[in-house]
Amino acid sequence: MIVATIAFYVFAFIAVASAVMVIAARNPVHSVLFLILVFFNAAGLFVLMGAEFLAMILVIVYVGAVAVLFLFVVMMLDVDFAELREGFLQYLPFGALIGFILLIELLLVLGAWVIAPEAASLMASPTPIPTDVTNTEAIGRVLYTDYVYYFQASGMILLDAMIGAIVLTLRHKEGVKRQVIAHQVARTREQAVELKDVKPGQGI
Amino acid sequence: MIAIGLGHYLTVAALLFTLGIFGIFLNRKNIIIILMSVELMLLAVNINLVAFSTQLGDLVGQIFAMIILTVAAAEAAIGLAILVVYFRNRGSIAVEDVNLMKG
Repeated sequence: MIVATIAFYVFAFIAVASAVMVIAARNPVHSVLFLILVFFNAAGLFVLMGAEFLAMILVIVYVGAVAVLFLFVVMMLDVDFAELREGFLQYLPFGALIGFILLIELLLVLGAWVIAPEAASLMASPTPIPTDVTNTEAIGRVLYTDYVYYFQASGMILLDAMIGAIVLTLRHKEGVKRQVIAHQVARTREQAVELKDVKPGQGI
Repeated sequence: MIAIGLGHYLTVAALLFTLGIFGIFLNRKNIIIILMSVELMLLAVNINLVAFSTQLGDLVGQIFAMIILTVAAAEAAIGLAILVVYFRNRGSIAVEDVNLMKG
């Protein structure tokens, strides 16, 4: 129990500190790397909570795909990031005010709020977490039966995102040589080979 | 040492969400950092859902978290694609000029 408590505080502290660094780092590449650290520590928190499958999904999807995509874009675009940081201090008081108010509100909500003991029995159609199978198998049992339409809808969302990203970024360059098989087949010997009659001692 | 309960996880999620909002205000000009802040906020929502799911013993919260993860990945892909196109056209990613995108 004590190990879990210490692990929670370590993960939570590193996650929050890295999140601060994400929004405060001077170099966007550092921001992306801190974002990866946040995701790793959030995955650790998920493992502590007992959602191992989501923890691994978080590492694979966020670190493996999203963060690498961010890193790719940050490095691909040749942007003057120093110019973009102008006005950083100008927005600081306003942003801090908004964030502070929001944090106070959230903590007030959390502080004055308890789960009623009979809440579990009041749930309309609970899906209890089974204890005899692993977390992955339990999720699979629910996801592929009761929530199969949501699963397929998320598949459609991913397809949509893929098509959208391709359509947006695809561009047809002028002057790119492509293979046209009909032209290749229609070539004759006269078009392809030119015979030069080189006189001795003169060159071409 | 007190045991870690639902409130602890919700506090972490609230802090992460606040940092995400703060990041949007702080980096008004850098749209890449804004997108990263949105990812932070979605992560905070996921932590909330998974915390409630495990503490209340209802598996559905984890399913919702997976679907949010999907939408977050799709949003990042589309957002960065728009960013790349915008950078090609304008040569900069300053947010103030984005209203030029409308017709």
